[in-house]
Order: sequence, then structure tokens, then C-alpha cells
Amino acid sequence: MEQEIVLKKQRQGLSFLKPLIMKLSPKINKGSLVSFLKKSGITLLSVLLFIGLWHMGAKALYDVEAEYKIEKALAERGQEAADAERACIASGDSSCQPNTLPSPSQVWASLQSLIADHQVITADKAAFVEKMAATNAKLIAQGKDAIVYTGRASFLDIIFTSIKTVFAGFLLALLIAVPIGIIIGLSPSLRSAFNWFIQVFKPVSPVVWYLLVFMIVKTLYIGDSSDNAFVISFISVGLCAMWATLVNTAMGVSSVDKDYINVAKVLKLGTFQKVFKVILPSSLPLIFTGLRITLSVAWMVLIAIELLAQSQGLGLFVWEEFQNGANDSNSKIIVAMFVIGIIGFLLDRFMLTVQNMVSFNKNEAV
Amino acid sequence: MSTATLSTETGTTENGIFYPSNVMLDLSKLKKVYPTPKGDYVVLEDLDLQIMKEEFVTIIGHSGCGKTTMLSMIAGLNPISGGNIAVLGKPVKGPGPDRGVIFQSPSLMPWMTALENVLLGVNKVFPHATKTQRKDIAKYYLHKVGLEGAFNKKAMELSQGMQQRVGIARAFAIKPKVLLLDEPFGMLDSLTRGELQDILIEIWNKEKITAVMITHDVDEAIFLADRVVMMTSGPRAKIGDILNIDFERPRSRKSVLEHPDYYTYRKHLIDFLEH
Repeated sequence: MEQEIVLKKQRQGLSFLKPLIMKLSPKINKGSLVSFLKKSGITLLSVLLFIGLWHMGAKALYDVEAEYKIEKALAERGQEAADAERACIASGDSSCQPNTLPSPSQVWASLQSLIADHQVITADKAAFVEKMAATNAKLIAQGKDAIVYTGRASFLDIIFTSIKTVFAGFLLALLIAVPIGIIIGLSPSLRSAFNWFIQVFKPVSPVVWYLLVFMIVKTLYIGDSSDNAFVISFISVGLCAMWATLVNTAMGVSSVDKDYINVAKVLKLGTFQKVFKVILPSSLPLIFTGLRITLSVAWMVLIAIELLAQSQGLGLFVWEEFQNGANDSNSKIIVAMFVIGIIGFLLDRFMLTVQNMVSFNKNEAV
Repeated sequence: MSTATLSTETGTTENGIFYPSNVMLDLSKLKKVYPTPKGDYVVLEDLDLQIMKEEFVTIIGHSGCGKTTMLSMIAGLNPISGGNIAVLGKPVKGPGPDRGVIFQSPSLMPWMTALENVLLGVNKVFPHATKTQRKDIAKYYLHKVGLEGAFNKKAMELSQGMQQRVGIARAFAIKPKVLLLDEPFGMLDSLTRGELQDILIEIWNKEKITAVMITHDVDEAIFLADRVVMMTSGPRAKIGDILNIDFERPRSRKSVLEHPDYYTYRKHLIDFLEH
């Protein structure tokens, strides 16, 4: 039993880093090293296999597209044009490259160009701040607004905006769903009264939430010229994602172990003590399961909502690159896809770790 | 009832019935009915039992005969369908700390430490005591059950047996009038069970709280009790037989086992159960 619990613990949260930490620690025991090598070997192998398959797939698609281009040139403009097209594609000239699924190496190159771009923009920003320092000091002294940098956002700025939006939305969901969930959970009649509300609004699509929030925020912001894309997107994300927490909190509060309730009854604890000393602590694991689902849903709907709200985040970045259709647009989209996936994974792991910390029963949280 | 008895014995009068003060717990014509789609299921009917002050009563009977139902009705956790339950002449209306319960599963709050679990009740029952006094009460009872080293251990870190020790400390610490024990050692291995029986009886010898305990274990029933109450099998269960155990207290396990009457008692109980 005890051993089982320990085993389960290791599989959770950020413990996937454990083998790495164990490896870096000076006391390496032979058995663990072997199992570490075995585990990481398998992971590495699967990554290589994935990249290999991707490369081959991309190559095949590239060839199909190239062949089509040459055929088309031949049919429309004759043999000479076809030869020129073939030569052009072979030379790697960016003006005539087939536009299809990018290969792993192209994606890697795009990632590096995005980082380089970030460095350029950061330098640019710093230069701008320096240049405007004197002017801004004067403006502030006069009681006017300082001039801020309004240039293009770098890829890291975009990621930061997305994370900021998702956390603001998550916080909103938490502040709405947890208190309401507790109140609903405590009262069976309120629960049945609210049930239709939850059942009807839970399945509503992010797009519709966005439109609803847009309608309301637009009116509230009348006469205000400032950019409300951030406000609209984080509220939409919060409303979309809060249902899991609401349902889980209500369920956790309403399904506290009968033994604990009996103990509270025998001791005749008051309502306040019963809620804060017995009911809430025992429903914390379920509340956190809900919050974890909420965070992952928030991250997932964020992309679509940013796209609609024109908020400078990853969602808009992906859409703009797609519309842009430049030579490296596709590979930038793939870079964004990986970034979205990895951040989503890290957020989930983060929540799992928090969940395990508050969970009194280590077997419960999965 | 003669005036002579009234002058020597004090008691209370409830609904015109006089309760002599040495009766702690009075069950009369107790009935429990569970409505089912196929009609009412009568678990208990016409159950009469009087338990005296400072008496330790064990209740034995087949599984499902309604022992636990009866105990939870005394605790006030289960509504009464008919008849009456009175503690010192006052009818039971819902649960309260005058009737401490030790449940079959330890039912500790797993997120609290052993001390906090005991304090939960102590704080409620002694609201006017200072914080240190209340802590001292909790610590005293945890010490009594042999957990002086585990005050600040979380309940979930304790073994089943240790958790039930905390359960015993929690029940005694609120100084109840009646202690209700629902097969408290049923989930433990026989070694731990023996240990906990010794601890229970040791504290009980000191506090002399009226105790009603359900058990499946014939030896446990004899070792702990002044009277063993045997219940008939359900439905419509009632008291089948009562056996007085006349061993003197304090008892030791050894003296009880070596007592010439021990096997007579044991045979009596087993004959009833196998009947």
C-alpha cells in the first residue's frame, strides 16, 4: 500500500524531472542510472522517430507540390518555362519554393529567426526608450502622457500576452466559479435551481462567448478609445473555462464523506466551522481537479478567442501568418503550434503539482 | 412507587414517568422502519433496554440485525420511527456532544493533525477554557492512548490502529455522558485490537463513562462488558437475552481468561449466536 502510494506520487506533477535531478546529483546509484538511460532512451527514440516521419512526410508533400508547379509551367508556358521552374526550385530560391507542410529543419530555422527578430525588436525598443527619455521626462513634467513604443510585437511579447490573458481569465473563472460552486454545493435546492443554467451554458462554444462578451464590453467602453481586445479576450476565456471548476466545486462540496459530516454533527459544529473546517478542506482535491481542467480549457480556447478579438497573442499570430502567406509563414505557424503545446503542458503540470500539494489523499489526484 | 424510594433516590420526571437517577440511557418501545417500494421494512421493533450509569454494555448479534441502526439512533444521527430514547430522562433530539461516538472507521479529518482532530471537539465543548487549557486536555487524552509522539502528525500519515487511538482520544476528550462505540476495532488486526482494548478499558476505568459498544467478537464482548446484550436477528429485531458478566474490575486479560466462569459465559453467547 505504502509503496503503491509512493509510486503513484512519482508519476505526478513535476516529478517527471526527477530522473534528471537524480542524474545531476552526485550520488548516482547504478540501478537508477540504468533505468534513467532506458527511459530517456525510449523518449529520445520516439522524438527522433517523430521527426523522421515528419521529415519524410514533408518531403513527399514538397515533391508533389514541386511536380505540380513544373507541370503547370509546362502546360501553360512550354518546356523552357518548365525547365526554368525546375532549376529555380532546385536552387532554393525563395520566390518559387513550393508552399506546403514545412520540414523540421525549416521550422527550426524559423524558430531561430523569430528569436533573432525578438532581439532586434528589444534593441529597437531600448534605443527608443533612450531616445525619448528626455522628451518623456518633459511630457510627464507637463502632466501629459509619455510617448510609448508602439512598434511591432516580438514573438516573446506575443507569448507573454497570451500567458497574461490566460491567467487573467483563469483568475476570473476562479473568482466566479469557486464561491458560486460552494454555495450551490451546500444547498440541494439551489443546486437544482442552478442546474439548468449550468447545463445550458456549459456547452456554449468559445466563439459565442466571445460575441456575447464583445456585445457587452463594446457598450461599456463607449467613448473610450483605448484597446479593449485584452479585456474582451480574458473575460471570454474566463467565462468559457469556468464551468469545470463550478461543477467540480459543487460536486466536491455536496459529496463530502458522510463520516466527516457525522463527526461534525456529533460535535455540533456551527455552520461556519462546518464549512471551513470540514467541508472545504475535504472538497479541495475536487476543486483543484476542476481548476486544472479550467486552466487547460482556458489555454485551448484562448487561441480561438485571441484570433477573434484581435488581441496580440499567439492566436492572432497564427492567423496573421496564415493570411500573410510568406515563404516562412507555414513554418512559423508550426513553431507557434509547438510553443502552444509546450506551454499548455507546463501549465497542466504546474496545476497538477499544486493539486498534489493540497490533496490529503494522494491516491485521489490523477 | 413508594414514598420511601422517592426520598432515598433522586431522579427526574418526564411525561409523568419517573426516571431513577441511576439510569443513564433508556430505550423504550424503540422502533425503526425503512420505507421501501415493496412496503415498510421494520428493522427494530419493541426494543426495550435500560443502561445504568457507569455501566459498560456490549451489544452482540448477527450482521444486519440492526445493531448499528440502534446505535446511530442513540447518537441522534438516524431518526427514530417509534418509541423513545432518553439520556438521563431527556428525550434525544438529534446528535450532540453529550453522546460521544467512536465510529467503525476512524473518521478523522485527514488534513488535520492528531492534535487538531481532538481539539476540534474540545474547542466546541469547552469554549470558555483558554487555548492552553484546551490544548492540555487534548494532549492529555492523546497521551493516554499512547500517541505522545504523534501530536503534530497528519491523520493520513497514521496507521489504521493509530488513527483509531486518536478516535478514542477525541471521544473521551469531549467528556460525554454516554460513549457509543460502533465496532471500533472491527477493521484492525487481532494484535492491534488487543492493544486498543487495553487502552480503552484503562481510560474507561478512570473516567467511568457509560459505554455502549457494538462488537462481533465474543471475547471482546466478555472482556469489556458489565452486561452483554444479545440481539435477535432482523427484521423486527429486539433484545434476545442479556448476560451479566460478574468479573471484578479492574480486569486484566489474563485474569479474565483464567476465570472459571469465562467459558460458561462464552458458551452462553455462542449458543445464542448459533441458535
